[in-house]
Amino acid sequence: MIPAPAPSLALWKKHKGTLTPWLFLLPGLLMFAIYVLIPIVQSIWISFHEWDGLGDKAWIGLGNYIELLDDDTFYTSLKNNFLWLVLYLLAIPGGLAVALFLNQNVMGIRLYKSLFFFPFVISQVVVGLMFTWFYAPDFGLFSALIEKLTGQQIAILADERFVTYGIIVAGLWPQTAYCMILYLTGLNNINPEQVEAARMDGAKGLKLLWHVILPQLAPASFIALVVTVIGSLRSFDLVSIMTAGGPYGSSQILSYFMYEQALSEYGYRMGYGAAIAVVLFLIMMVFITLFIVRMLSQERNS
Amino acid sequence: MFPTPIQKSARWAQIGYKLLLPMALVLWLLPLIGVAVTSVRPAGDLAAGNYFGIPSSFAGVENYTAVFQNSPIGWYILNSFKVTIPTVIGAVALSCLTGFALAVYNFRANLLLFFMFIAGNFIPFQILMVPVRDMTLKAGMYDTTFGLVLFHVAFQTGFCTLFMRNFIKGLPFALIEAARVEGVSEWKIFTRIVLPLMRPAIAALSVLVFTFIWNDYFWATVLVQGQHAMPVTAGLYALNGQWVAAWHLVSAGSIIAALPPVLMFFLMQRHFIAGLTLGATKG
Repeated sequence: MIPAPAPSLALWKKHKGTLTPWLFLLPGLLMFAIYVLIPIVQSIWISFHEWDGLGDKAWIGLGNYIELLDDDTFYTSLKNNFLWLVLYLLAIPGGLAVALFLNQNVMGIRLYKSLFFFPFVISQVVVGLMFTWFYAPDFGLFSALIEKLTGQQIAILADERFVTYGIIVAGLWPQTAYCMILYLTGLNNINPEQVEAARMDGAKGLKLLWHVILPQLAPASFIALVVTVIGSLRSFDLVSIMTAGGPYGSSQILSYFMYEQALSEYGYRMGYGAAIAVVLFLIMMVFITLFIVRMLSQERNS
Repeated sequence: MFPTPIQKSARWAQIGYKLLLPMALVLWLLPLIGVAVTSVRPAGDLAAGNYFGIPSSFAGVENYTAVFQNSPIGWYILNSFKVTIPTVIGAVALSCLTGFALAVYNFRANLLLFFMFIAGNFIPFQILMVPVRDMTLKAGMYDTTFGLVLFHVAFQTGFCTLFMRNFIKGLPFALIEAARVEGVSEWKIFTRIVLPLMRPAIAALSVLVFTFIWNDYFWATVLVQGQHAMPVTAGLYALNGQWVAAWHLVSAGSIIAALPPVLMFFLMQRHFIAGLTLGATKG
C-alpha cells in the first residue's frame, strides 16, 4: 500500500472506528440511493406536474390527483387491486394444504415437491401465456371443460365479469407454490417432542394442526403473508400479458394503469402516471410499515 | 412429524396416497403439460381442431427449429444472459459488503439502514419508473443491456443485503473478535474470515437473483425498446403478437424462455430453497 500523507493518516486513525462500516456500505448505499431512494422523491415531485417526458415540466399542483378522482379507470383499478389483495391471500391456506399433503416420506417425494414448486420458477410472462392459452375459446383446455359442463363457451379473458378472476387464478398458481415451499420448510423444523406430547394427550387432526402446529408455523405464515400481500399489489406482468387491462379497462390495476398512462401510445403523460404510482406507493407503504414494525420488534427481542 | 406419517396408516390409505400423488401433480401442472404437449404438436393438428388429443405426430424438432430460425429468440436469450449474469455478480458483491457492515458493526444508523433496504425491496416498481427511465435516457443507457444491469444491481441490493446481513449474524462472532484481538485489519477479517464462510449464502443468492432477473418483464419493457437489447421475457411477448394463434410456436417459445431458470433450479435446488425460505423457520 502507498503510505498516505501524515495528516490524513492521523485523521483516518482517529475516525477509523466510525468510518469503517460506512466504507463497506458506500458502494451499495450509493447505488441504492441513486436508483431507489432519490427516484421515489422525484416521482412524488413529478406527480405535481404536467410532463410529456421530453419538454419542460409545468407545475399544476394537485391537478393530476384531482383528475384521478374523476377517472373511472382509477376506480376500476382500485376495486381490482382490492380483489387481487383479498383473493391472493388464498395462496396461504392453499400453500399450507399442499405442504401438508406433500409432507410425507415416500419414495420420490423430493421430486414431487420440486415439481409442485415449478410454477414459481417460471417467468410470469410464460405463466400468463399458458393461462391465456388455457382460457382461449376453441383452443383452451379450460374453455373446453367449461363447455362440457355448462354447454356454452365462456371467453374468460374477454368477459368483463370474469376477466380479473381469471387473471388472479393464474397469479395464484405460482404464489401457492411459493407459500407451499415456505410451509414445507416450516413443517420440517417443527419440534417433534411437542407434537408427540400433544398426541399423547389425545390431540389429532385439525385440532392438533390449529393448537400445536400452526403456532409453530407462525414465522412461515408471517413471511407468506408479507410476500403474498406485496406480490398481489405489485402484480403487473399477468395483466400486461393476458389482457393489457381489457376488455374496456375492466381488468385494470394501478400498476398497469400507471404504465399505460405514462408510456401510452397516445402521448406520454409522465405526471399523471407518477400520480397513480404515488397512490399505489402510499397504499403499499401502509402494509410495508406494518410489516416493518413487526420485524423491528422481533429484531429487538432477539 | 405432522401430518402422521402415511406408513402408520392402513394399507389402503398408503396405496391411495401413492395413487393420489401423481394425479394431483398432473392436475397441478395441467397448464404446463398442455403447453409442453402443444409445443410438439404439428401445425396441422391445430388447424384440424386436435387441440388436446395425442399429437398426430411428433413435431417437436420442427417447431423448436422454426422458433429459432424464424425469430430472434436466440438473440433474446443471449440478451437475457447479458443482463442476468452481471446483475448476479454485481448485486451479490455489493451485498456482501453492506451485509457485513450491518451485521458486524454497531453504529447508530444500523437498524435504520437495514430496514430501509428491506422497505426498498417491497416498494412498487412504478414509483421508480419515470425517474429511472429518464435518468437512463439521459445517461445514454436507454435500450442497452447495461442500463438494465445497473438498475437491477441497485434494486436487488435491498433484498440481498437483508439476506447477507442475517446470514452473517448467524456466524460465530467469536471468530471476528479473536481476529481483532490479534490485530487483523477489518478488511482482512472480511476477506479472509467472513467471506469464505459466506459461500452457501452466495450460492443461494446467486440462484435466486438469477431467477428473479431472468424473469423480469417490467423493466425489460421500460428500459429497452429495440430487439438488439431485449431480454427474452419482453421478446416472447413481442413474438406472441406476431404468432397470432400459432400456439405451437408460442408454446415452444415459452418453454425455451422458461428453461434456463428451471435448469438452474434443478441444479441448485438446495441453495434455491434455502434462500427462498430464509426466516421461515425462526422468528
